[in-house]
Amino acid sequence: MRMLPLGAADRAAMLATIGAQAIDDLFVDVPAEAVLHGPIPGLPLHASERAVERHMAALSAQNLTAEQAPFFCGAGAYRHHIPASVDHLIQRGEFLTAYTPYQPEIAQGTLQVLFEFQTQVARLFGCDVANASLYDGSTACWEAIAMATRVTRRNRAVLSGGLHPHYAETAATMARFAGDDLCMLPTRAEADSDDAAVIAAIDGQTAAVVVQYPDVMGRIPDLAAIAAAAHAQGALLIAVVTEPVALGLIESPGALGADVVVGEGQALGVGLQFGGPYLGLFACSEKFLRQMPGRLCGETVDADGKRGFVLTLSTREQHIRREKATSNICTNSGLCALAFSIHLSLLGGSGLERMASISHSRAVATARALGAVAGVSVINHTWFNEFALRLPRPAADVVEALAARGILGGVPLSRLCPDRADLADVLLIAATECTDMHDIAALAAALGEVLA
Amino acid sequence: MNDINTAGWRPSLGTIDGAALPDTVTGNRALDLQEPLLFEIGHADRSGVDFDDVEPDVLPTLPRRAARVDLPGLSEPECVRHYTRLSRQNYAIDLGLFPLGSCTMKHNPRLNEKVARMPGFAAVHPLQPQSSVRGALTVIAELADWLVRLTGMAAVAMSPKAGAHGELCGLMAIHAALDARGEGDTRRVILVPESAHGTNPATAAFAGFAVAGIPAGPDGRIDLAALLARLGSDVAGVMITNPNTCGLFERDIKTIADAVHAAGGYVYCDGANFNAIVGRVRPGDLGIDAMHINLHKTFSTPHGGGGPGSGPVVLSAALADYAPRPHVVRDETGVRLVEAAADLPQAFGRMCAFHGQMGMFTRALAYILTHGADGLRQVSDDAVLNANYVLASLRNVLDAPFAGSGPCMHEALFSDHGFAEGFSTLDLAKGLIDEGFHPMTVYFPLVVHGAMLIEPTETESRAALDQFLGAMRSLAVRARAGDPALRAAPRHAPRRRLDETLAARKPRLVWRG
Repeated sequence: MRMLPLGAADRAAMLATIGAQAIDDLFVDVPAEAVLHGPIPGLPLHASERAVERHMAALSAQNLTAEQAPFFCGAGAYRHHIPASVDHLIQRGEFLTAYTPYQPEIAQGTLQVLFEFQTQVARLFGCDVANASLYDGSTACWEAIAMATRVTRRNRAVLSGGLHPHYAETAATMARFAGDDLCMLPTRAEADSDDAAVIAAIDGQTAAVVVQYPDVMGRIPDLAAIAAAAHAQGALLIAVVTEPVALGLIESPGALGADVVVGEGQALGVGLQFGGPYLGLFACSEKFLRQMPGRLCGETVDADGKRGFVLTLSTREQHIRREKATSNICTNSGLCALAFSIHLSLLGGSGLERMASISHSRAVATARALGAVAGVSVINHTWFNEFALRLPRPAADVVEALAARGILGGVPLSRLCPDRADLADVLLIAATECTDMHDIAALAAALGEVLA
Repeated sequence: MNDINTAGWRPSLGTIDGAALPDTVTGNRALDLQEPLLFEIGHADRSGVDFDDVEPDVLPTLPRRAARVDLPGLSEPECVRHYTRLSRQNYAIDLGLFPLGSCTMKHNPRLNEKVARMPGFAAVHPLQPQSSVRGALTVIAELADWLVRLTGMAAVAMSPKAGAHGELCGLMAIHAALDARGEGDTRRVILVPESAHGTNPATAAFAGFAVAGIPAGPDGRIDLAALLARLGSDVAGVMITNPNTCGLFERDIKTIADAVHAAGGYVYCDGANFNAIVGRVRPGDLGIDAMHINLHKTFSTPHGGGGPGSGPVVLSAALADYAPRPHVVRDETGVRLVEAAADLPQAFGRMCAFHGQMGMFTRALAYILTHGADGLRQVSDDAVLNANYVLASLRNVLDAPFAGSGPCMHEALFSDHGFAEGFSTLDLAKGLIDEGFHPMTVYFPLVVHGAMLIEPTETESRAALDQFLGAMRSLAVRARAGDPALRAAPRHAPRRRLDETLAARKPRLVWRG
């Protein structure tokens, strides 16, 4: 077997060094009734590299990919062009096969990347500081709520109805066990976001207000107004960004008054990957530094006075604080953070603005084309690169019919809110710089046929 | 906050006045290349990405930002060079033996990287119509089937994103089961051995439980009497790592599981060390109710400098119905994803957006298919053989506190007992860096003074082990003799020992120029 370097002679010699007769002697502490005396029956035996590749390629071929089809899916995961150098660089073995940088003298590559990543995220979100990543946007959203409850010593959070329903469900699951009280506003298919309802729900017991920006239907809430209302009650504003490319065109949440900004970094460098692994982004005001979850990389000096980087403030973390830690997270999304950081360093501020501008322009063109289809209307008042359509039929059926025609025509809102019959006719449509005019024309034509 | 290292060292931009000639002008020495920060070399108006020519068409209603995001850009050649140079300051499995105990740094097969990048897995959206992703769903179902059969359990929750997230999932399933029994408010305590990973008590707290510690006995295993004495009507369950963090198999696991069940609790197993027994022992046969599997450990998905991981949780029949949404179901009609709460009334909720770490599932499935049931058994055989070879080869120069407790499993534990006054585990670890190896896990588990936990894994050859053992023997002798040079180690790394106290006292987490 190509992954196992030991041969029979090695094994025999090593057993002799150990003083054991057979390998079974090393498993003597396993209870006799649980010992298996051979390979588990009914499972396949080892296979060649070629055979495994063929099996996986056959499974891969059963999927309709974003590269094959006109593609308009978003709702928390976006298809953007990833420069070839990103994937090349993250496959460098020194990055790919390294561990969490516990030994900083021989992990300066990873650590400097994390320091640069933290700086990029802080600037993108308009915050003082950022951490070295969390699992994904949905878990980062919960971590922000948990941090807000520690900071304010309150346990109530208001969740906008524009928050991605998976994020809201994740928070509700955590809150159930943590004993927190969530005020979850309903998803509404209206032209503007539910800012007024959010503001009305804030009270003197509220630890945090959670608002997605742009929201799950692509609308853009007035964060400054919500921040003012939250701060007046002593609550923190947590802004959730699931499409960071939007910040190439619209203001950073921190600049609008958000105290904590979390997000999903998948759109930059990471790719679709059927939902994971993704990249949790977490940034906030410096005054919450010692309450932050996750790894933090900090600058310092070595014994010769040279600049260097280390993981720091670990007294917040599980391996030191155990049950009093700020989070239980250990492994995070290091390699995805690297991919994000490389992509963002290739873009720079100017490239990000250009990417955002093209994505927005393509979404505008898409909305014009689809809004002209009989029976279809655009719900949003404004949007960045994603908007909602109202259809004359259930959107899930329409999307299936489009897929049968080789078009991945968006995400039915019912996929995210299956218990809301009143939202069944809402279809979420996203466009990016990868969407070209032929794709838009193909979707508009197919939608017209399907609805005819 | 800006007073760290304002005069700090970084590579020169290349001008000297001739008054004092340095060793090298740039600060570099041949292949020993330093690299400035992105923010010191990038430019706000430079970009390494070319876009199609598209005329901007911006909605007048869009609230535009006041100024461009202040982020430096690099051209492609500058970018490739920046990250390639940084990569060379990292140690990695690809460079050599990486014996971090409990972390399982085994070789990452490159077929798995190729497979994960196949377009049918890499370029599909999590919310595409299910009819368009049958192959991707089949990957999840096939991996789920392997995990259930390898562990002898009833079901598996695939969505948790790493080991600690899996722990949370398992404890929430236990909490939900207790709620269903009407005992969620009375069974509030999770028993955690003091040798446990820090994630265990942290997880128990986040899942809404109180934590009670269970001591280790003198042999490095759970103090059975203490555990049995603590069981009662307030105990929700135990979290046990098996093999444990001292590298030993918990012989009494069946007795413990039976007693916990009899007392009305559940048994959670931290599966971080499943790689020691995969293919040889099924946790389901030991009475385990829930166990996470770190795909990045046992099934060799790359650690990536700190993730991403993946932590599916196998569940016993008692807990299976409480598994979080979504479920992947395979039956005579095919494979499908069940996502709606109405269809899964007992599911305790949702762990995260979408369906889990697909990119890790493809890699882990390729690893499992490559090895097969026979190869996986050989994996644990060789991992345990290599660890016992390390233990046998070093116990005459290093204190092995539990060497009398029977064979170790996949990792060997040593202490700093016998080192010269003023010499610590840290000194030996840093000395290992100068020998060209990554250090072992140090100061964990907490039950041993100056712990050194060595996990060689099955992908090391005997020759690689012998070279490592030679270095270890030499360092052990130097630590015992009190060689002052050891305290100055490392001397040959990209950096010497870093001032971690300064970093924590004056935190500087972002570049401010």
